[in-house]
Amino acid sequence: MSLPTPYIAHLTEDDYEHVYEPAEDSFILLDALELDADLLTSKKPTICVEIGSGSGIASTFLSNLLGTDNSLIISTDINVHACQATIRTGEANNTTLNPILCNLLSPIQNRLERQIDILLFNPPYVPTDLDELIQTQIGKDIGGSWAGGNDGMIVTNIVLDRLPDLLSTNGIMYLVTVIQNKPLQIIKNMESKGLICKEIIKRRAGRELLSVLRISRNTI
Amino acid sequence: MVRLITHNMLACHVKNCTKDNFPLSFSEVELVIRPAPENLEFIQRFLPKLDWTALVDTARSLGDETLPENMPEEWSEDQLKALHHVLMEMHVEEGNMTCRGCGHVYPISNGIPNMLLAEHEVGR
Repeated sequence: MSLPTPYIAHLTEDDYEHVYEPAEDSFILLDALELDADLLTSKKPTICVEIGSGSGIASTFLSNLLGTDNSLIISTDINVHACQATIRTGEANNTTLNPILCNLLSPIQNRLERQIDILLFNPPYVPTDLDELIQTQIGKDIGGSWAGGNDGMIVTNIVLDRLPDLLSTNGIMYLVTVIQNKPLQIIKNMESKGLICKEIIKRRAGRELLSVLRISRNTI
Repeated sequence: MVRLITHNMLACHVKNCTKDNFPLSFSEVELVIRPAPENLEFIQRFLPKLDWTALVDTARSLGDETLPENMPEEWSEDQLKALHHVLMEMHVEEGNMTCRGCGHVYPISNGIPNMLLAEHEVGR
């Protein structure tokens, strides 16, 4: 099964002033989804959420993988430019996405408690000082897509701490990490919450050693 | 493009707002109907995820009276088609969503619901 990379030529330099331009960390997430394509389609996911959709490339890829309107795909971002880019990328690839301008999962986490079948998160993973993290999150612009505070894990940990309340019985999360995030420690941490966590793809891209962790409630 | 399937998942998340924080009430709405391919298998699969009362009330507030008051136990194809239309084809492009509990207004602009809160309104 080979799926085309979503078309993104409609996004211009002006867009990339405010929205993270798809790069190796975006593509490794697509590759992880493609690797699991049969698994994902066989599970017939009903509710999928991407946190921090940016350009919308991963939400679009997932939507095309599952079949348009064959599941509800909600894409959140704190950056309004990213929400607009997400709509446009969906449209350019003949799929309908559902962006929400919000912090992480704030307005949907009550209704989606233990209801999320697939959760995607390519977080702000770059280690920075805490002040830079806070300023970029308040700024709600492109910096918020990468500045991750201590170990690059501040924002990721907020989501991981709640993960047992988010995933459905068959729920799966795909998380992009770099080596500085200490993926082995993340795996241990997830296992201590009774979840199953595995590094399914790993690759060096320039200075970054990237991997995608797959976290699930049940054995896959 | 806030479709009603998405609206059915949105709750007010202002700090300490826990009563009547769902569903959010639409007002000053610009509604657009965009035909979407019918996938009734998906619609059926989605039924257990819906808050039915919230959906019926919301659809009626936007002028669509096709959904029955109580969720059918057995679904006819026509009923599923009507539900498909409400969930997947009704898009709110502009307008406001107001919390019935605390009165907070979440605007929708260019099809994007703005659910951001000011720092002092954020819970947890």
